[in-house]
This record gives sequence, structure tokens and C-alpha cells, in this order.
Amino acid sequence: MSLANLTKPWAPMSYGFLDASAKRELRRKMIKAVCVPGCQMPYASREVPMARGWGTGGLQVSLTLINPAMRVKVIDQGADDSVNAASIRRFLARVSGAPTTLDTLDADLIQSRHRIPEEILREDQVLVLQVPNPEPLRSVQPNMSIARQMHGDADYGRMWLQLYEQIVRSGRVMQGASYPSMVNGRHVMTPSPIPRWDVPKLHMARHLTILSAGREKRIFAVPPYTRVEPLVFDDVPYRVEDHGGLTCYRSGATGFFMNEIPQGDGTSTYEVSDSEYGVKAIRARDGEVVAMGETWYKDGKMPQ
Amino acid sequence: MTLTLDPPRIVKTAPLVQVRGVSKSYGRVVALRDVAATVYPGEVLGIVGESGSGKSTLLRMMNLEETPDTGSYTLDLPDVDGNLFALDRFARRMLCATRIGIVYQNPHLGLLMKHSSSGNVAERLLVAGERRFAVLREKAKDALAASEFPLERLDAPPIELSGGMQQRVQLAKAIALEPALLLLDEPTTGLDVSVQALVLDTLKRLQRDRRITMVIVSHDLGVIRTLADRVMVMRRGEVVEAGLADQIFQDPQHAYTQQLVHAKL
Amino acid sequence: MTPVLDIRGLTKGFTMHHLGQGFAAFDNISFTVNAGEFVLLKGANGAGKSTLLRTLYRSYLPQAGAVLFQSAHGQIDLARAADIDITHLRQTEIGFVTQFLVARPRVSAEVLVAEPLRLAGVAQDEALKTARHWLQTFGVKENLWPAYPTTFSGGEQQKVNLARALIRPHKLLLLDEPTASLDATARAALVQRLSDLKAQGTAMIGVFHHPDDVEHLIDRVIDLTPDIPLQEERQDVAV
Repeated sequence: MSLANLTKPWAPMSYGFLDASAKRELRRKMIKAVCVPGCQMPYASREVPMARGWGTGGLQVSLTLINPAMRVKVIDQGADDSVNAASIRRFLARVSGAPTTLDTLDADLIQSRHRIPEEILREDQVLVLQVPNPEPLRSVQPNMSIARQMHGDADYGRMWLQLYEQIVRSGRVMQGASYPSMVNGRHVMTPSPIPRWDVPKLHMARHLTILSAGREKRIFAVPPYTRVEPLVFDDVPYRVEDHGGLTCYRSGATGFFMNEIPQGDGTSTYEVSDSEYGVKAIRARDGEVVAMGETWYKDGKMPQ
Repeated sequence: MTLTLDPPRIVKTAPLVQVRGVSKSYGRVVALRDVAATVYPGEVLGIVGESGSGKSTLLRMMNLEETPDTGSYTLDLPDVDGNLFALDRFARRMLCATRIGIVYQNPHLGLLMKHSSSGNVAERLLVAGERRFAVLREKAKDALAASEFPLERLDAPPIELSGGMQQRVQLAKAIALEPALLLLDEPTTGLDVSVQALVLDTLKRLQRDRRITMVIVSHDLGVIRTLADRVMVMRRGEVVEAGLADQIFQDPQHAYTQQLVHAKL
Repeated sequence: MTPVLDIRGLTKGFTMHHLGQGFAAFDNISFTVNAGEFVLLKGANGAGKSTLLRTLYRSYLPQAGAVLFQSAHGQIDLARAADIDITHLRQTEIGFVTQFLVARPRVSAEVLVAEPLRLAGVAQDEALKTARHWLQTFGVKENLWPAYPTTFSGGEQQKVNLARALIRPHKLLLLDEPTASLDATARAALVQRLSDLKAQGTAMIGVFHHPDDVEHLIDRVIDLTPDIPLQEERQDVAV
């Protein structure tokens, strides 16, 4: 027996970049977050080779979950090919050896900024959302200690008041992204800045969603089959963006969340925000045999 | 010597509010020493005394904002039991939101100055679990109307309102859930005399039409004389005298009360 | 005869702390008043007539003695009764009539007069109707009814006050010079009302500057002048 066969060979970094103790802490905090859906768990956010605010929270979760057999997809505002998404995807592959994909159906782990793919996620898939500001109460209670007490007491009167004020002043709820939502009937969370369109996708979803804020050092989760209900008044229904009737000018797909592209003449055209879904739709239109997954929205409407 | 009074014999209803043996010190400063107070349903208790006499501290305790070193506080209401000072934070908050209303001298303490006036009132209802926008709006309107707030300014934020109007918003917020107990901390201090009279009149109306039990703290004897059925005189954290309002004003027993009453008249 | 009030050894004096001295108002007074009886208090200025009335009403705290009142709830000592009981009795059984009105800003005459009935649980419309009747009886002009009495003349205020104080029957009525500076019509209305109440069994103790107004109501005169030992002189019932 020699020292050489008792120790691992030297490597420039741990598997998956993060050291074992950092991953262990993240795993523990993720389990806690799953146990108390929607409740923010603090964690010691580590340094990763990326600036805070660029998805470091999501990246750490992905690095912890990843293994060489896991197929990874990374999207940024729905697009797989933005610089940030491409960089994170390449980094994940490089430090873990995991294969990558652009197709939602093929992915095991999806790290996303500000969107949920249009195709329904399955029980064996994990969605990691990057969160810039995890505290839904920040706008009504700047003191974080008091805000934590308010979560503890389920004291969300001020959140509702904010909605009341928006309706009184503007005639409708103005909250666009990060629509505050009640998770499992107990904790109000911000679903990260996904559009209102995407929030109903989290309700009783089959997949696990983990939301992580690297700069703010908070992690929270929506386990599979958990209620996620946007805060709404009983007599003022929740409304998603009016994208149900729009058609993508490139793929011809209708009834999904769109990016608006302003034109020189003052009008706008639209393209599907979920870029890979758009690509698949174009390929299908051109006669290729493409596996198109079932989508959450059907004909621009979310089935109840 | 004055006679000691017998316990009530005719009025059989239990007192709504019972505060017993309340003492509180901040370091070596004694804020309250063995204070007791009883308020019957529908009664208006006035607490007078100079600044620093402990009257506002007592009121804050009745609103469960502060806990004394010793003493007990009970409210005779269905499903409210035991010493309220022993309640945890959550139970306190629910009790205060649903059963106790308070109007502060300083509207900044009681109102969100940049939210709408109706929203300030609606908050109470939201805390109590109301989730229908139309109902919230209607009830907020009703409460504001009851406190004689001009409804065309329904959605103006308090910061744009005059002092008297701000007090009305506070009052509307306090009575929105028809509380069992309404606490008033110097509600008219700092207002113009004419505005003060209007606010007093509103309070008097509420007292007459809704029979709300009130505890009102003021150093202004005129306010107390107008509103209170019974008066408690406090000095240096102790109750020096308590009695019927007309008795306290016409036949004050304690030297301090005499000084107070004579200073006013 | 049913006794309504039994006063035993009632003593009242005032301590003026800033002067460091006290003075006695009256000492060891005892007498009884029966239902439907009218007792006139007599005595020189400062003999303690008004003080006695206020002590009976508990605006003043007696120093010794007992005031046993036969209430609807049984006998109770007004000198020692709890504040809340006194408040209740004032709302239901004991009335106090002075010449001074405690007007409040922005409260109309009719609402002010109706208030005792409202407190007794009478419906708003009914109470206002009765209030208007008494305002009429005491000679307050109809156009003043919805006005605020704060701006009324002394005489009008006094009429409003009488209407308010006498709107509902009481078991015991304390009268502190209610006729002073009252015009003839109102005085007649007052005497008529007192006479009706007396017939209904209201016991009354009164101080009148000019007892002639109510002469035919007086059953008994009690002299409070300190030098004279308390004596009751029974008068013949007015012819």
C-alpha cells in the first residue's frame, strides 16, 4: 500500500468545478427548499468564473446536479444561442463532460434565464431558473429581517395591497414579469422574471424547478405537482400576455410567447421566443420528421 | 376621605377591557407602575396626563405593540382567551388587525403615505383575508364615508391630504373591520381648532351610532371632556385618580388633578 | 308611599390642595324622598343646595354617608356605586336638569334632544319625532330644529336643554334652577311637564330661585342653611 494508490491523481479542479463541500451544502439546501416549497433558503454562494448577476446562482445548482450522463440545455430569454447561454452551456460541458442539447425534449437539466420552454417538461427533467431578486416582499418591505418575519407569519397583506393599488391607479395589474405567486398555499415567491405567460406552467408541473439567486445567496424550489397560484383577487382574473393570437413570422407557429420585432414602418412582427421550438417548427414545415413535444399552451390557451 | 366604590351591581356585562398590575421600566426609568384599567362595552375611557406620564405607553400596550414587565390584559370577546400579553407575534397581529383599531397622533405611524387612501383602509381587510377587489373597494368606501372623508378623494395618497383628512383615513382604517376596541392616541393634537372640532364630532357620531368602545389618550382636557364617559388621570407612570368624567372635572380629588383641571379652566 | 331615595348622613366638603385647606359644603344630611314627591331645597347662597344635587348625581363625590336609591335593579348606594352603574342609572333612571346646555359643534338641536332616547335604544325616526314634539312644546321655533344650538341665544339653548333633559321619564329628577331666565311660555310648558312626570311617579328634588313657579308641585321644603339644624317642614299639598 502506498500513498499513491490511497489518493486520487492530481487534477486541476474538482469534478463539476465546485469543490465537494460546496456541492454538499447546495444539495442540502436544495433538499430543504424542496421540503418547504417556495421558502427561500440561504446558502453560501461560491465564486464561479462568471460575474455575479449573470446566472451564478443557477450555474452553481447546475454544477451540483450535473453528471456525465446528464444532457444539458441552457437558454437565455428563450434563446439557446445568445452569448450568455452558449457560454454557460460550454462551461457546464467542459467541467463535467456532460453532453449538451438544444432540444427541450432531449434535455435532462435545463438552466434558464427568464423563460420556461413551451414544451411540457417531464418528471425526469429538472428546470433551474436564474433569479436576480429572490425576495417578493422587497418592494413593500425594504427591511429584509422584517420581510423574513412576514414570510414566517404568512403576512402577505402588503403584497395584495400592491395589486390593489395597481388596479386603482391603472385599471389593471401592472406587474409584468416576476409575478408574485403563492406556492403550496403557504409561501409567496417570485418565480424569477419569467413573463406572466410562464407562471401557470409551474402550477402542478411534473418537473422539479429550482430557483437560485447567486448574488443574493438564496435558493428555493417548486417540487413536482405543487400548487403555484399567482396572487389575484377573486373577481379580477389572472391575465397572461395577449400573445395567444400572434403568429411567428419565421416559423408560422401560432399561440406561443413571442418576441416583438419593431419594423421601420411602425408596425411589429413577432417570432417565437422559445428559439429551439421555432427552429423545430421550421424544420417540420420544411418536411423534416421532427419530434415536437406537447406544449403547455394549446391554440394560445392554457387548458385549465 | 373619599369613599371606596363598590364593584358594579347593576351592569352585569363583563368589562370588555381589563388591564391589571401593568408595570414597565426602561432601564431605571419607570414608565408604568402597577397600572390597572377597566373599560365596559360601549364606554369611552379618557386617559389624561402630561407628556411622560405613561399614558401613550399604556395605549401602545393595549394595541399589543409593547409588552410590560409584569401585568395582564384581557379582552372579553368570543375566542379571545387569557392574558393577551402572552400571545405570540402571529396571534397578536391577527388580533390587532381584526379586533383593535388605533389612530395615532402622527399619521405616518398608522398610514402608508404614498399608497391611496382607500388602499390604506383596504389593507386591513386584506390582512383579514378579503380577496374580492369589488368588496374591498366597497368596504373601504363605506369606512371612509363613516369617518366623513370626502369620497371624491378616495384614491388620493395621504401625503397629499391635510392633517384632518389624514386622521379620517386613519380612523376609517381603524373602524373598517368594526373593531371591538378603538384606541385613539392624541387624535386631534396638532390640528387647527376648527378641524379638531370636526374630527371630534366624527368620533362622537361613531360613539353614538356604533357604540364602539374607545380608549382615548390626550393631554387636551377639552377633547377628553367632549368624548369620555370616564377619565383616568396619570402621572409619572401611575394612575392618580379615576372616575366619571364630570366628577373628575367638577370635583377632582387628587392635588395633581386639581392642578390639571384648574390650569385648563 | 314608596321611598325612592333614602339619604343618610351625607357629608360633602372640598379640599383645595393648592390652598392647603378644605371647606365643608354640608354635613350629615338625612332625608327620604318618595315616588311622586317633590322636595324643594331651600337655603342661603352657599348653603350647598346645588352641591347636594350634584352629590346625589355623583358629579361630586360624597365624603361620608349613603344615598340609597331604589332602582329598577334593587336598592343601590349612589355614594358607593361603581362608575359604570352610575352611568347606567343616569341613562335610564336619574335625570339632571340645569339651565345650561352642553352644546356640541355640528350637532343639530333635534339630534341633541333625541340623544337620550337613542341611547335608550329608540329607533332614529321615532326618537326624532319625539324630540320635535318637545322642542315644539318648549317653544323652540321650527326653523331652529335642524340648526346647531352652539349659535343659539341663551334662552333658546335653555329650552333645547330642557327638552333634552325631560324627553324621557325618570324615576328621580334633580332640578337645578331650571326656570331661571325662562320666558313665560316655556316656564308654563316646563311646569306642565314636571307636573305630568310627578303624576307618573317621578320623585323630584329641586332648587328654584323663584319657587312660586312650581309652588303647587311642592310637597316638602328642606332648609339647608347650616346654622339651623336640618328640619323638614311639611307643606300642605297645594290647593
